[in-house]
Amino acid sequence: MTGITAFGAYVPKLRLSRKAAVEANGWFNPSLKGLAKGERSICYWDEDALTMAVEAARDCLADRDRATIGRVTLASTTLPFKDRQNAVILAEALNLDDNIASLDIASSLRCGTSALLTAFDTVKANDGGHVLVASGEHRSAKAASPQEMQYGDAAAALLVGAQDVIAELVGHHQVAVDFVDHYRGETERFDYYWEERWARDEGLLKIVPAAIQELLAKTGTAADQIAHFIAPVAAASAGKICKMTGIPDSALADNLAAVMGESGAAHPLVMLANCLHNAGPGETILVIGYGQGCDAVLLRTTDLIARAAKPTGVPGALARRREETNYNRYLAFNDLIIQEKGIRSELDKQTAVSALYRNRDMVLGLIGGRCEACGTVQFPRTKACVNPNCGKFHTQEPYPLSDVSAHVQSWTADNLTYSPDPPHHFGMIVFDDGGRLMMDLTDVEAGTVDVNMSVRMMFRVKDYDERRGFRRYFWKAAPALT
Amino acid sequence: MAQGIKDKVAILGMGCSKFGEHWDKNAEDLIVDAYEECLTDAGIETSQIDAAWFSTAFEEQHVGKSGIPLAMALRLPYIPVTRVENYCASGTEAFRGAVYAVASGAADIALATGVEKLKDTGYGGLPQRSRGVVNDMVIANASAPGSFAQLASAYRTKHGVDAQDLKRSMAQVSVKSHANGAKNPRAHLRREITIDTVLNAPMVAEPLGLYDCCGVSDGAACAIVTTPEIARSLGKKDLISVKALQLSVSNGVEAGHNSWDGSYLMTTRKAAEKAYREAGVEKPRDEISMLEVHDCFSITELVTMEDLYLSQEGEAWRDILDGVYDADGAVPCQIDGGLKCFGHPIGASGLRMLYEMYAQLLGRAGDRQLEDPRLGLTHNLGGFPHQNVASVSIIGACDT
Repeated sequence: MTGITAFGAYVPKLRLSRKAAVEANGWFNPSLKGLAKGERSICYWDEDALTMAVEAARDCLADRDRATIGRVTLASTTLPFKDRQNAVILAEALNLDDNIASLDIASSLRCGTSALLTAFDTVKANDGGHVLVASGEHRSAKAASPQEMQYGDAAAALLVGAQDVIAELVGHHQVAVDFVDHYRGETERFDYYWEERWARDEGLLKIVPAAIQELLAKTGTAADQIAHFIAPVAAASAGKICKMTGIPDSALADNLAAVMGESGAAHPLVMLANCLHNAGPGETILVIGYGQGCDAVLLRTTDLIARAAKPTGVPGALARRREETNYNRYLAFNDLIIQEKGIRSELDKQTAVSALYRNRDMVLGLIGGRCEACGTVQFPRTKACVNPNCGKFHTQEPYPLSDVSAHVQSWTADNLTYSPDPPHHFGMIVFDDGGRLMMDLTDVEAGTVDVNMSVRMMFRVKDYDERRGFRRYFWKAAPALT
Repeated sequence: MAQGIKDKVAILGMGCSKFGEHWDKNAEDLIVDAYEECLTDAGIETSQIDAAWFSTAFEEQHVGKSGIPLAMALRLPYIPVTRVENYCASGTEAFRGAVYAVASGAADIALATGVEKLKDTGYGGLPQRSRGVVNDMVIANASAPGSFAQLASAYRTKHGVDAQDLKRSMAQVSVKSHANGAKNPRAHLRREITIDTVLNAPMVAEPLGLYDCCGVSDGAACAIVTTPEIARSLGKKDLISVKALQLSVSNGVEAGHNSWDGSYLMTTRKAAEKAYREAGVEKPRDEISMLEVHDCFSITELVTMEDLYLSQEGEAWRDILDGVYDADGAVPCQIDGGLKCFGHPIGASGLRMLYEMYAQLLGRAGDRQLEDPRLGLTHNLGGFPHQNVASVSIIGACDT
């Protein structure tokens, strides 16, 4: 049996009130007023498609044995690097073995579902190791555009394997057609859209129903057997597809438009993770990926789904929420306005990649050390043990700290150092297993941090090197999930 | 234990420029200002100096590397010049180098000069620089006040001190230093303030407001040292000698081991213990007449009073409010205004502190002269509370 064995999701904590965006832009584009409902997820200044994918993957993997993962695939149209494989950074952050396959899949909003289908193929061919499929999307839209209102930032991760399957692959159908409702050229930051009515009537509502009908015929599935129809499109269009194909309206899965927006290539997988969270055994799920054609994937949940450990998932990620009503902050975090950042912001953030490579387990994997002589856990892992009563040389074995809970020993909110979201919070973070680090805090509001606050590690952008287009990643302390 | 430095080296002369925002002066000009006073005080010629130590911390901001800038500024006659940098203890390190050279007999007369020209960055506060390619990848994005503010949250927690009480005590630290600085013509900031001024100031790094932070200044200070015998042969009568020079450097325990609670400075305690032993001081609160400590931030001075064993642990905040460290208190502290008001040109600060203690011991301190001081203590703290360099020095009338 080939199918999904685990799932996870991540939605950034910040939710932009659409009303706030319309209040800012309605004077210019009055048609936005009809979109002033609900909220959309937005990346914090230190989040991107990769960091969100890491968090979704951690949610998916939890305490599972990571040694069985033989391949990592990362799907996104907003990957932080064009030439530096992003999936391998994901693998490093997850502390996976070096002897694995890794792959980025990109260039179309259906690359998330295509990555999932590729994973099924790999597992079928190899019959053994797991494939981790992650997809994150940090979407970019111009100020005052309808896309700005509709988009959302999020990530999902699925573990695909042959044993302990919770959702089995029943069948799939793919269509490749160069229908260009929007595009983004190599040098562009933003999507360029053609007329919405044409895109819907000539594209979506022709290509998708045809693909579904092919799939249902191919697998001998009746449309009314579908319990969950996952269509990452506007609800009205999804309703039309139901009518055209015979899928019951009741099967329509929540497209999350009201609470987080549409997260591009990640969106079908985010919706799927949301569906799996509450699905019972024996339920048929149809997942659509759409963009220059269509991926239609038919899954059926197994008895195991009722017993499988639940991740934080979409419901948990959505519950971890902080409303953002300051539209300007959204603009600043997404580099959509020119701000006076002050001379302090000009500090050169060049990364010596030779040093990064040498220390990549420490930086990307948050690997510390544990002294074999005295048992002291410490960060960083150095040649000499930090325990003042030990101090032995060459005794430290690698000790991963990214999943160890911790608390704040001391802290401050710093208004002097440059931060995209002042004041910058940081403090001495003490790990429960031993070890400590003066580290940056993230996802905190002024007035909410205090000594002894419980924190967890999150993979984030530490610095942007705007001059060279590089960004460096490290771990930060965020409030623990309650 | 080693013999120690007590009474082996005497101060022949000292000098200090005015500290402040010297928009019209280069570092070399400040060095000359301090040196001319120092040389006159010492009563010697430049040609009599055997070796020199030169301290500066942000050399890339002004003079560049090496001992050459000092040699060039003073046209030193091709003698050894060693440049030292040890964060905010740099000035004391230059002094230590010169003192050890004399004590060893390798030099009869040695010069220590420290300088910092900070006001060319284009912004307030200290220059923000890379901390090294590996450190930059992991350590927190922290300003200096942000790093020292950590002490406040840990101190409050450990000693159960109410945030408002601690803030008020920290405010008194600054009020006292402003009162002292107002009397000092060479101080950078010369305005008296009130507790409310401090409490109502803009927040820099919680809970440190603007008046909890010392000034960032340009300035230079220097000392010429020799043996007591040579000093006497040169006609010096009231000799001030070095009683103790100690330095303690973090080895990573505070930053990496959970035995440190973040509320005090491990290094200051180690350096103080050794300095008192070296100087033969048994009851510091009774024997130390006055002190200049590293009050880079009000909270730093507050915990330093405990780390120097002058206040009981958890009690410094009360002692401060009780006026123990005021000019008319039991142990006057920052009588020249301290880093807070005299200013903090990093490489010069350690020497500036010694300059004040020296002036007080010789009765030359004018309006701010204390009555009959016997021993003066100086303290520097460089880096961050969790990873730093601390020095403790003691000088007094020469007993030999």
